[in-house]
Amino acid sequence: MTGAPPATTPIALEAVALTREFGGRRAVDGVDLAVHAGECLALFGPNGAGKTTLLRMLAGLLRPTSGRATVDGVALGADPAVRSRVGIISHQSMLYAALTARENVEFSARLYGVADARDAAAEALERMRVADRADAPVRSLSRGLQQRVSVARAIVHDPRVVLLDEPYTGLDEAGAAALTATLEQLKASGAALVLVTHNLSEGLALATHAAIMRRGRLVRHEHRASVEVATYAAEYREMVSR
Amino acid sequence: MSEESRVAGGGWRVAEARQDLPSGRSHPLPATRYPGIVSSALLIARKDLAIEFRTRSAFFSAVVFALLAVAIFFFAWDPTAVASLDLAPGVLWVIFTFSGLLGLHRSFGVEQADRAVDALLAAPVPREAIFLGKALANLVFVLAVQAIAVPAVALLYNVPVGRAAPALAGIVVLAAIGLVSVGTLFSAMAVNTRLAELLLPMLALPFFVPVVMAASQTTARLLAGRPIADAMPWLRILLAFDLVFGFACMLAFPHTLEE
Repeated sequence: MTGAPPATTPIALEAVALTREFGGRRAVDGVDLAVHAGECLALFGPNGAGKTTLLRMLAGLLRPTSGRATVDGVALGADPAVRSRVGIISHQSMLYAALTARENVEFSARLYGVADARDAAAEALERMRVADRADAPVRSLSRGLQQRVSVARAIVHDPRVVLLDEPYTGLDEAGAAALTATLEQLKASGAALVLVTHNLSEGLALATHAAIMRRGRLVRHEHRASVEVATYAAEYREMVSR
Repeated sequence: MSEESRVAGGGWRVAEARQDLPSGRSHPLPATRYPGIVSSALLIARKDLAIEFRTRSAFFSAVVFALLAVAIFFFAWDPTAVASLDLAPGVLWVIFTFSGLLGLHRSFGVEQADRAVDALLAAPVPREAIFLGKALANLVFVLAVQAIAVPAVALLYNVPVGRAAPALAGIVVLAAIGLVSVGTLFSAMAVNTRLAELLLPMLALPFFVPVVMAASQTTARLLAGRPIADAMPWLRILLAFDLVFGFACMLAFPHTLEE
């Protein structure tokens, strides 16, 4: 990592030599990274670079072939309590279409043991500016509204680590603004974010750190302060076209 | 390393556990109460049933299938060749098996749409709770279909259920437990494949054979007015199947979810 001022917050998410093979092919190859509380790592890379596989391992959805991932120093894996500190948002809504927005978020809150699930769900929906459609079935919502509900679902338990895989997909301007504001709030409250995106300007706007992944490896990883957007974009394009 | 402890109500608590980080810092896991395995299973079952209640797609399909099958067997039946009491148990359990498969296929289908399964797996819920929740919802589904199918068979084939009704209800429950245990496991295995609709019956039906045999033999004896003691060997098979496959499927289930 280059140009990074010393971090003053604890490491929230750490990967050490994280590797995942599928039938002998290494989708993720020995990735090391550490995201401190209050930081946002924007992860760029072409299709097939291994970004989603890495994110799924960090969420505990995929077991690494080797290496380890920890949240607040506790290894992801058998202990379900660690998973409660992670929220995951993807371009797929991860919602049940037949249930209402409120039911979806409340179901998630209950699974995470949130004390007052109903109020927490209402608050999360309010935060994502979708409270007025809370009692509508998800299938009747537009793609953008579904994504807002999905974000509410992911943050209802106030996670310390939020993993985002192309979260802006399908969001309109208002939805994107609400998501950005929410992510900024989460970052300010000490959550660590990992944002996977193809959109450089979108990613760099939120990021405190930027990394590029290619063929399963982290080929660049630097502090946002050392990144000049136009130069970075040109170098990125050149790198992924090779 | 986290330290877990049980709390009242079946939940579990992660104590103020600390783990030294490579950086030399440590961060506590807060004392938070998570739903226990039974509470999580009930949440998941309730969610699945709410979805089915809203859509009713699988339930209507299974009921229509069951009623059509009863009618088709009836029209193909030659009462002068086979007595109704000999035919009815077989018809009942064939319908039970295939209508049950319709519900089992839906069980993980609802999770695949929009990858809701990822949110479920990312939650701090033991995988066994997911199995139990799914199996419980499937059990309710199968029993609801049977609540319509059994009277339909009894009416059409003029079977005197009468005093055998409570015992027959017990057999239906026992058989349903066996069917949903195996079916829930194979439904999870098949759902990610391209030929899920074909694969589920191919995998599950051989395992249903002992259930169907034991259930139909027990039913035949009961409907013939013989004492329940005559059916005990078959009932024991049914009970043993439920216990062995119930636990085995629950233990095997977490492995089916790994990619």
